[in-house]
Amino acid sequence: MKRIISVLMENAPGALSRIVGVFSQRGYNVDSLCVAPTDDPSLSRLTIITHGNDKIIEQITKQVNKLIDVLKIVDLTEGAHVERELMLIKVATRSEAIRSEVKRNSDIFRARIVDVNAANYTIEITGTSDKLDAFATTMAQCAEIIESSRTGVCGLARGERALRP
Amino acid sequence: MKMMSGAAMVVEALKDVGVTHVFGYPGGAVLDIYDALFAQDDVKHVLVRHEQAAAHMADGYARSTGKTGTVLVTSGPGATNTITGIATAYMDSIPMVVLSGQVPSMHIGEDAFQETDMVGCSRPIVKHSFLVKRAVDIPEAIAKAYYIANTGRPGPVVVDLPKDLVNVADEHPYVFPADVTMRSYNPTQKGHPKQIKKAVDALMRAERPVLYVGGGAIACDASAKVIELAEALFSPVTCTLMGLGAFPGTHDQFVGMLGMHGTLEANKTMHNADCILALGARFDDRVTNNVDKFCPHADIIHVDIDPASISKTVNAHIPVVGSVDKVLDQLLGQVKKHDLSRQQQKLDDWWQQIGQWRAVKCLNYEQGDTVIKPQRVIQALYQHTRGEAFVSSDVGQHQMFAALYYPYAKPRQWINSGGLGTMGFGLPAAMGVQVAHPEATSVVVTGDGSIQMNIQELSTCLQYNLPVKIISLNNRALGMVRQWQDMIYKGRHSHSYMESMPDFVKLAEAYGHIGIRVDSLDQLDDAMAECFSHKDRLVFMDVRIDQNEHVYPMQIKYGAMDDMRLSKTERT
Repeated sequence: MKRIISVLMENAPGALSRIVGVFSQRGYNVDSLCVAPTDDPSLSRLTIITHGNDKIIEQITKQVNKLIDVLKIVDLTEGAHVERELMLIKVATRSEAIRSEVKRNSDIFRARIVDVNAANYTIEITGTSDKLDAFATTMAQCAEIIESSRTGVCGLARGERALRP
Repeated sequence: MKMMSGAAMVVEALKDVGVTHVFGYPGGAVLDIYDALFAQDDVKHVLVRHEQAAAHMADGYARSTGKTGTVLVTSGPGATNTITGIATAYMDSIPMVVLSGQVPSMHIGEDAFQETDMVGCSRPIVKHSFLVKRAVDIPEAIAKAYYIANTGRPGPVVVDLPKDLVNVADEHPYVFPADVTMRSYNPTQKGHPKQIKKAVDALMRAERPVLYVGGGAIACDASAKVIELAEALFSPVTCTLMGLGAFPGTHDQFVGMLGMHGTLEANKTMHNADCILALGARFDDRVTNNVDKFCPHADIIHVDIDPASISKTVNAHIPVVGSVDKVLDQLLGQVKKHDLSRQQQKLDDWWQQIGQWRAVKCLNYEQGDTVIKPQRVIQALYQHTRGEAFVSSDVGQHQMFAALYYPYAKPRQWINSGGLGTMGFGLPAAMGVQVAHPEATSVVVTGDGSIQMNIQELSTCLQYNLPVKIISLNNRALGMVRQWQDMIYKGRHSHSYMESMPDFVKLAEAYGHIGIRVDSLDQLDDAMAECFSHKDRLVFMDVRIDQNEHVYPMQIKYGAMDDMRLSKTERT
């Protein structure tokens, strides 16, 4: 089952490699990983998408929490949460028909065209991973995908719950 | 504010932490630090012959004292040579700080001479590590390193020091932090009161309890409380390989070591228990055998300071996160409120059952007239040291014999590489013990395979007058490998025997020590007596033992804890 593990850690050199190291050395899966400093620049927030049974997820949270640089860790999938991922996707738009179809589908998905060239469009879309998957599939049906890049998921718990130092 | 060089800061910070001994080896990147060491006498340096041994010596020093062991090595090969020693300490939760030199900051990443990414190399086997970026940060990094190494679940910490930071020509203000606090690191000490209550309820309900005591009880010096609780409950006690000595091996309630080569009574007691109180033990595969068949009747209470150790392999019914010491205080406080006068009577059936398992006498062996059995050597060692020696061990059959046939009465008396199983650990560990306890008897039980993995340290022993007693059980083979080959590979001894064994007596003499060879049983006691009569000399006893002896009892793979072979022909 897919899990969203959110980690609050020191924004220190080597901290990220320690977390990634726990996953590789203990044989856990990383499906996506997203990390950046928080509003407090001395802290980083990292979101990992992983999968495994309850026992494995319990071990992941414990082993990551054990790292000296880690302040807090939470499995967001345990409760209500908001998750978002951003994708940039570049598609070939060689004809007017393709251009209009790409534009129409982008509007339906509430995606934004952020770069326009003679032969291609670059589109930005934000949403859950499922929505991004669906958009990519739709694009593939109406145009040739040249390249795409996804940020990986980031997420927050809904309501009062928060990951704070 | 004192001004000093980065190198002087390293030494000053070590003094401020309270370090008295450093085990190390100089080289290009740490020459400045060595120059600072030269200028003072407070921090004593022990020059090893190979950096791996420096780590094991610091480890032996730490295990025998509870203090953090310190290693100082240069960059590149100096640092990487400590890796096995760091991994050994990590697996057994031993407090250690490794100060490694690094190439100058501006050359990091250029594949400079003797450059290795030590923080990267050691990452999976350290509790934490620091790559110091500014000279003024040196005192804080060192203070934090020692704090992290010896609090919570102890472990090794690496501090990587680029050469430009420790340059003796540059001076910086020295400020040693008054105390260390880290917002991201606050180990839980006390158990949760609700969990304590559940644990006490389970213990008081139990009719077949057992205490399963591991290295964690030694790490926090909780032995006295372990004994107090065991006696209050009148419960049998078993110790892991790492926990030997946490409960006296001579105590009536001790049923022996448990696990792969544990006693029959220990494994039977565990398997049939209705309540297991695990104290600082981690249910590792050398204990549990097949986890699916592990102790089917027991409520498992697992006390550990490391939450990640709880329910990692075996599910704990009552997890208690906290230090064994603090949790025992809590447990004792609650247990003593109960009426314990009938406890002995309540466990009468249980002890009768245990008595029957003990009566099997699983540690019996047949000692003939001439060929020496390894078990006999350990028993002789016990007699000649009155059970009071520090016994360090290497890894293999001799390790199991030393664990089973020398009842350790006190914690920190038995020093061995339990988790990693590092051959070559024993001699340097025993040296570290001797450095920490100059007046004590420090013995290493080793074999002809293990001793050759760090034999160069005989030279260090001469330099620092470390009168370690080496008891080498020489069977002309890699005994444990050979045993498995006998049992599983139809006796095909693939590369498990040594065809060109050195003359160990001459070798010891070449290093300036005393060598004694023992070939037959009638020589053993006199040789032991002679060995221990040389108080101030290192003695190497080359004891020729039966090549075909196996370690028994031994768990049968994929079985339950108590599925065991008792000899080459008998099983449970």
